[in-house]
Amino acid sequence: MRSRRFGMATGYLAAIVVLGVTVVPLLFVVFGGFRTNAQINSDPAGLPGPWVTDNYASVLGSSAFWTFLGNSALIAVIATAVAVGLGSMAGFALSRYQFKGREALYTLFTLGLLFPLTVATLPLYLWLRQLGMLESFWGVAIPEAAFSLPVTIVILRPFMHAIPGELEDAAVLDGATRLGFFWRILLPLSTPALTTVAVLAFVTSWNAYLLPLLVFNDSAHFTLPLGVATFQSQYSQDTARVLAFTALSMIPALAFFVLAERRIVGGLTGSVKG
Amino acid sequence: MTTATTPVRTAARPSAPAPGRRAKRSGLGKRLELALLLGPALLVFVGFVLVPIGIAAFYSLFEWNGFGPLDDFIGLDNYADAFKGGVFQGAIVHNLIIAGLSIVVQLPLSIGLAMLLNRKLRGRAVLRALVFAPYVLSEAITAVIWVLMLQPNGFADQVLKGAGLGGLVHQWLADPGIVLYTLFAVITWKYVGFGIILLLAGLQGVPAELREAAALDGASAWQITRHVVLPLLGPTIRIWIFLSVIGSLQLFDIVWIMTTGGPANASTTMATYLVDHGFKRYEFGFGSAVAVILFVICFVFALLYQRFALRRDTQGALTRMVG
Repeated sequence: MRSRRFGMATGYLAAIVVLGVTVVPLLFVVFGGFRTNAQINSDPAGLPGPWVTDNYASVLGSSAFWTFLGNSALIAVIATAVAVGLGSMAGFALSRYQFKGREALYTLFTLGLLFPLTVATLPLYLWLRQLGMLESFWGVAIPEAAFSLPVTIVILRPFMHAIPGELEDAAVLDGATRLGFFWRILLPLSTPALTTVAVLAFVTSWNAYLLPLLVFNDSAHFTLPLGVATFQSQYSQDTARVLAFTALSMIPALAFFVLAERRIVGGLTGSVKG
Repeated sequence: MTTATTPVRTAARPSAPAPGRRAKRSGLGKRLELALLLGPALLVFVGFVLVPIGIAAFYSLFEWNGFGPLDDFIGLDNYADAFKGGVFQGAIVHNLIIAGLSIVVQLPLSIGLAMLLNRKLRGRAVLRALVFAPYVLSEAITAVIWVLMLQPNGFADQVLKGAGLGGLVHQWLADPGIVLYTLFAVITWKYVGFGIILLLAGLQGVPAELREAAALDGASAWQITRHVVLPLLGPTIRIWIFLSVIGSLQLFDIVWIMTTGGPANASTTMATYLVDHGFKRYEFGFGSAVAVILFVICFVFALLYQRFALRRDTQGALTRMVG
């Protein structure tokens, strides 16, 4: 019994240390936004005193933050819609049709899991330039969707495959076409898997930095990660304002995580349980 | 690393044929349906993933600045130059150091913390969510946070001094001897929560009866951990290692924002080297050769790892690819 109590104590101790290390940097950013540069310079690790809201107000009052936020959201929505839309169609074909070359096609998609975006960036950049997609939201969203397709298909195919064939037979008896079955029965039944792949695609796009960095020169097109990094180097003397900007930029990701935690964690750990 | 977090999601591949039991249908309609369903995905995937990678391999054989005609064929000279250059060799070493440190430092840390947090602690759900928070932030935001924390005489230095550890204070990002380890610490901050969550999920799969039985047989806590829990965590650990090494090899965002590979190339990675040469110096041919080398290193690692480590865990598409 004593060893169990000792175990609980070390558990709590570890929890406190982990929490401290994880959360303190986040608090530093949030609180730093409520301080002045003078306060930060004289006592970098101190608390706000007095609390100053000017930094947050100036960031929220500037158009830059909202522009970046809107751009990120728009690109992430397009990328997610394309990845999930095309991925579910392909997943359907690869799981419930029989045709020659099916496994080869599936392998081709899974091969994409091993291709890092970094490897493709140089020709991708030239390719987008040729297609006139530089400075365009599509120029970021479509490649991001393309790189999300392998994961999407690898998750969706087994899921769709596991849906009983009797359902399909019944639908056909009731006069549904194969595509009708896909649209009206298979997709609704696949909601859990669709949500997981959508969350993964959305987060990937939301956090992307390299591709927007290359495609966008005009700061009116910047996404949030790109905007934060640029803002930091632009206003490196105005630490308090950079902290406020960074704190506000963290909110969407953290809020989204709170809402979608199960899906994110489930998507990441699902495969490992076997 | 987000793109690299999922390469091994090889959930059970359907082995039986498609379950639809209807008789074969007329060829034409079916082909049309298939084309409609598969065409768009294939077009996007081939057009924006496979073709660019293929083109990279082609460009790598030329001396080319990205503009003008592609007519200066130089064979494998770009590859030879890359390997001759000390900076690129250094970059490979840096990637390998980060990968090695991840396994030696982050993995035991994650396992230990996951085991401690697996107890029935109060507020465990909140704790897990908070531990995971840094993983949700983009690498760009993470990098900016730590640039600000690590400023000379900034937050980190003041905390160290306050704790009586003022002797540890360094030029975290400006000292070539330290910078790579600083970056590793930042990466650890961001990704250790991911490891913990993954391993906690793995620990859920260790039946309590097994531990209790071992305890009844007189096994010590350490023996139970060593001989019961760790082996059962094996699949999770092997997948974690895979993701971690692939992520380490492709390291870019955090390094680029915090140091752009400096000072004096002390934190250059293969990816920052690639972007630096490709987009800052307009050496598209050379940059493409670097990209191909990076790809081959990742690919070979993935195949070998799949063959020798992951094979027993997942009977998936990757296994087939190797086979």
